Amino acid sequence: MSTTNYIGKPTSRVDGPAKVTGAATYAAEFHVPNMAYGWVVSSPIAKGRITKVHADEVLAIPGVLEVFSHENVPGLAWFDRNYKDDVAPGGSPFRPLHEDKIKFNQQPIALVVAETLELARYASSVLRIDYEEEAHETDIEAKRDEGFEPGRGKSGWMPPPPPRGNPDQAWEEAEHHIEHEYVHGAQHHNPMEMYGATVEWRGDKKLTVYDKTQGVVNVQNYLTKIFGLSKDDCRVINQYMGGGFGSGLRPQYSVFLAVLASLELKRSVRVTLTRQQMFSFGHRPHTLQYVKLGTNPDGTLAAIQHHALHETSQFEEYTENVVNWSGMLYQCENVKLGYQLAKLDVFTPQDMRAPGAATGSFALEVAMDEMAAAAGIDPIDFRIRNYAEEDQNAGKPFSSKRLRDCYHQGAAKFGWDQRNPQPRSMRKGNRLVGYGMAGGVWDATQKKAAAKATLTADGKLLVSSATADIGTGTYTIMTQIAAETLGLPLEAVTFKLGDTDMPEAPVQGGSWTAASVGSAVKSVCEAIGEKLLKLAQKMEGSPLKGASIDEVEFVNGQIRLRQDPDNAVVIRDVLQASGETKLETDTSATPNLLKQATHSMHSHNAVFVEVEVDEEFGTVHVTRVLNAVAAGRILNPKTARSQVLGSIVWGISMALMEETVMDHQFGRYMNHNYSEYHIPVQADINDIEVLFVEEEDDVVNPLGVKGVGEIGLLGVAAAITNAVYHATGKRVRDLPIYLDKLL
Amino acid sequence: MNPFTYSSATAVEDAVRDNASHEGAAYIGGGTNILDLMKENVARPTHLVGLNKLPLTAIEPTPEGGLRLGALATNADTAWNEEVKRRYPLLNQAILAGASPQLRNMATNGGNLMQRTRCYYFYDTATPCNKREPGSGCGAIGGFNRIHAILGASEQCIATHPSDMCIALAALAATVRVSGPNGERAIPFEDFHRLPGNTPERDNNLEPGELITGLDLPAKGFEKNFSYLKLRDRNSYAFALVSVAAALELDGDTITDARLALGGVAHKPWRDQEAENLLKGQPATPETFARAAAKVVESAQGYGSNNFKIELARRAIVRALKQAAEGSQHASDVFLNSNP
Ligand SMILES: Cc1cc2nc3c(=O)[nH]c(=O)nc-3n(C[C@H](O)[C@H](O)[C@H](O)COP(=O)(O)OP(=O)(O)OC[C@H]3O[C@@H](n4cnc5c(N)ncnc54)[C@H](O)[C@@H]3O)c2cc1C
Ligand code: SF4
Repeated sequence: MSTTNYIGKPTSRVDGPAKVTGAATYAAEFHVPNMAYGWVVSSPIAKGRITKVHADEVLAIPGVLEVFSHENVPGLAWFDRNYKDDVAPGGSPFRPLHEDKIKFNQQPIALVVAETLELARYASSVLRIDYEEEAHETDIEAKRDEGFEPGRGKSGWMPPPPPRGNPDQAWEEAEHHIEHEYVHGAQHHNPMEMYGATVEWRGDKKLTVYDKTQGVVNVQNYLTKIFGLSKDDCRVINQYMGGGFGSGLRPQYSVFLAVLASLELKRSVRVTLTRQQMFSFGHRPHTLQYVKLGTNPDGTLAAIQHHALHETSQFEEYTENVVNWSGMLYQCENVKLGYQLAKLDVFTPQDMRAPGAATGSFALEVAMDEMAAAAGIDPIDFRIRNYAEEDQNAGKPFSSKRLRDCYHQGAAKFGWDQRNPQPRSMRKGNRLVGYGMAGGVWDATQKKAAAKATLTADGKLLVSSATADIGTGTYTIMTQIAAETLGLPLEAVTFKLGDTDMPEAPVQGGSWTAASVGSAVKSVCEAIGEKLLKLAQKMEGSPLKGASIDEVEFVNGQIRLRQDPDNAVVIRDVLQASGETKLETDTSATPNLLKQATHSMHSHNAVFVEVEVDEEFGTVHVTRVLNAVAAGRILNPKTARSQVLGSIVWGISMALMEETVMDHQFGRYMNHNYSEYHIPVQADINDIEVLFVEEEDDVVNPLGVKGVGEIGLLGVAAAITNAVYHATGKRVRDLPIYLDKLL
Repeated sequence: MNPFTYSSATAVEDAVRDNASHEGAAYIGGGTNILDLMKENVARPTHLVGLNKLPLTAIEPTPEGGLRLGALATNADTAWNEEVKRRYPLLNQAILAGASPQLRNMATNGGNLMQRTRCYYFYDTATPCNKREPGSGCGAIGGFNRIHAILGASEQCIATHPSDMCIALAALAATVRVSGPNGERAIPFEDFHRLPGNTPERDNNLEPGELITGLDLPAKGFEKNFSYLKLRDRNSYAFALVSVAAALELDGDTITDARLALGGVAHKPWRDQEAENLLKGQPATPETFARAAAKVVESAQGYGSNNFKIELARRAIVRALKQAAEGSQHASDVFLNSNP
């Protein structure tokens, strides 16, 4: 038996020590000589025109270097396509400081650059700007009837499948039916680390850009296209990230402005945003959903109808998959799904953890609970009766799906049988107790990614890829995969990421990094393995002579015959004997489309929640959560569990606290800070438990992983809503469940 | 944030003199509020007088048998002071219900009284606010006013005072000791903070340049029957939507003395002596509590998003009085007891 078996074992973060000792350097922390500081001036109005920027007044302050605005920004790339980043939605991307028009509140309208941060901040506070204000519309309620179907959305977006069966008639004729509207407001990602970029001017239009981003390659492509730089002259680096959650998929205006200022001033420049400015860009869109469900006498679903309408900006058509899941999670012959956008004077929404599915699963899974109650069936039983054995949207079988086990194992562990189905039937003192459950489905995706590996004579392996670790544990699992593949101790392996000088990888999002970059890391290490074997066979008296790669294994720092493990050579000796100082190679891994074309690939989960609600005050306490997740093979139960724990906290947040409140008088988000935009604190979180129901799946990718960054969030808000209903008998259909909704 | 100068005072007289000698000067205690306001460009002091070296950190008995809390003692040191825990557990609970441990470690007692409203519009210079810029209008009336006042508001301003500590101080009838260019004076707690009226820019009755030096608690601490109940959108690090400080003195089942003050509902800590009078001499029953609660919210008015506070306040008062009568709350290092 091999002892160096890392995959599947709980492993602590390899980047943990650097993070907790402060050795990890973040984008806005790099110190470069002779740096100037930029401060962003944000628009105080939602719509209008800038008539004058009184730059001369602040340029008179000693130490102020420049005020950049549309009045003086040099001619840059002209076409929209130059501003389209790799994950941009359809439409015309926002160009900072491009024109006098104000299109959304808090739009960056000027950058003041000075010798010190304090001076730049002060100068921007006294910079006078004249406006002509125009009437704005920021309220989706006013656009209810002006929804339109989006054209070509961003990559990964799928228009809802066409209706199947006879959804209207089936709903009308169903034995029981329900129809309700479900709503949540805008939510902002709010990672701890604010956006910022440090641009190092290396002379002669050569830049090193330290930028907070989920994809250095995306930022490099964006910058080089706009500023006409060669890739060699625009290196983008981001090794650590204080949270992203999707907010860093697209290049932020902070990096655009920092590069602009650096090129114009021929100097290193840093631009960081404030917490308030973290509410000036993408967000989970305010969404209105309408769900109609009907059941047959045997408790099977007669009809599913799900329609969603959400906001987008005036200039881009942001799309996410909100309703498609409803045609896939349950077996049903009569399905109608609709999806529309409404244009508002706001910035373009942006993918936020489980984009679309977090929204859609909330509506569908609350509706399922309402339907189960109307039909008098236990919510788990109801879901099992309607279990989808295949993906009816695609007409394909699932590559693997153990959702049924999630229901059974989760229910048993949670103690679902203790639930009295009657609402308001369970209590503890002043508190009503409720149990609720829900679940969800998410994509298992693999994208093309590349990696490079270097094995040196001292037996140390360096692997790199231009991917990101937004806190998910990428560093750790890639180190595990490499160590496992080549049978090296973990300590002998270093994984590096976040640098455009490294082999290309996609942005980190969609829970595809483990599958995509993981496959590339596995593949590049296998390539090193093959080279090693060849060299080993050249060694004098090599016991491996004539063995094929399949006949050997890499274990405990050795290459040995599978059939005869005593016949082995030490990897370090191989290199030394060969006289090579190092072995180096790079490869890329692409999805096996042939294999995948015939399957639908998804992760699933089931969430069980206990709440206690103060009967008189409506305060909700989530006392227990159990999340059963089927997401293929779990590479590292420790970091995977952390991902799901974080998702559960997020779900509690979504259910009870989070909402960016727009005051439509001003077209402005008013709770734009950590004090008033509420997310849970320690005191709000009680028992949470994660249960992985592992799946074997050789279709999704060679590692059999589906990714766990997002699936854990699905169904959490719905399960809490359902538990609150069970506790109180009150059905809340608009999040968050503030206490006043239960009074 | 504008450029400013800073000096640190070691004696009260120096602090007052230094403040008076700079046009646009401000005091700074823990800095947990004023620095935020400066970063948001809401406060623009030209000079800061640092107070942390003043010899005002002591917590000691008064000749009248009460307790004096130094203005520069931190909120944390005050809450955990043994005398405060033993004799004024209501104050202990109120302080621990506020902010977060980190903030309480920095925040001073003087600064707590002087902290400004958390009204979203007050903090955002892109919107109108009569408190920040008199005459510019009030963004919250007709806007998003979930956290705003239901009692004693005016057509100019519906902001609330955000403190928890002050609600207990109001209930305990503390006295604020101040020192200013014109000498020292003592201000009864009820007269310290103001209602907005036509001058919402004024939060309190401190004269320009006056420095808070201490808070005197009277001898009576209601250490047996009290409750601080705070209702909010999350379990910590959130301001009160409604909070209630209730304190009773009981003779058997009969209420012999009562105090009732509310937070999160008005421009000042809202003590209601009429409601207290409805409690005194009455049996400690739910009916009595309900009558007092009804009295408090009698004149309450909602402004849209905060309408719910009226009913919430009514229920919270009844619960807090009930908890006080039961004597079920105790001083502790962790605020858990009254968290519904
Ligand atoms: C995110 C957040 C959450 C919070 N939550 C709560 C909460 O739930 N409940 C709660 O009660 N509080 C809460 N607080 C507020 C906190 O209690 C106050 O900020 C703190 O008490 C202020 O004290 P300080 O010493 O830091 O004041 P500073 O910020 O130093 O000063 C505040 C004001 O008081 C003036 N000042 C200071 N000392 C004196 C003095 N001796 N004499 C005269 N004037 C003086 C200053 O000039 C300034 O105007 C919260 C604060 C934050 C930032
Ligand atoms: S309520 Fe008071 S503080 Fe708030 S906006 Fe109105 S005037 Fe300003």
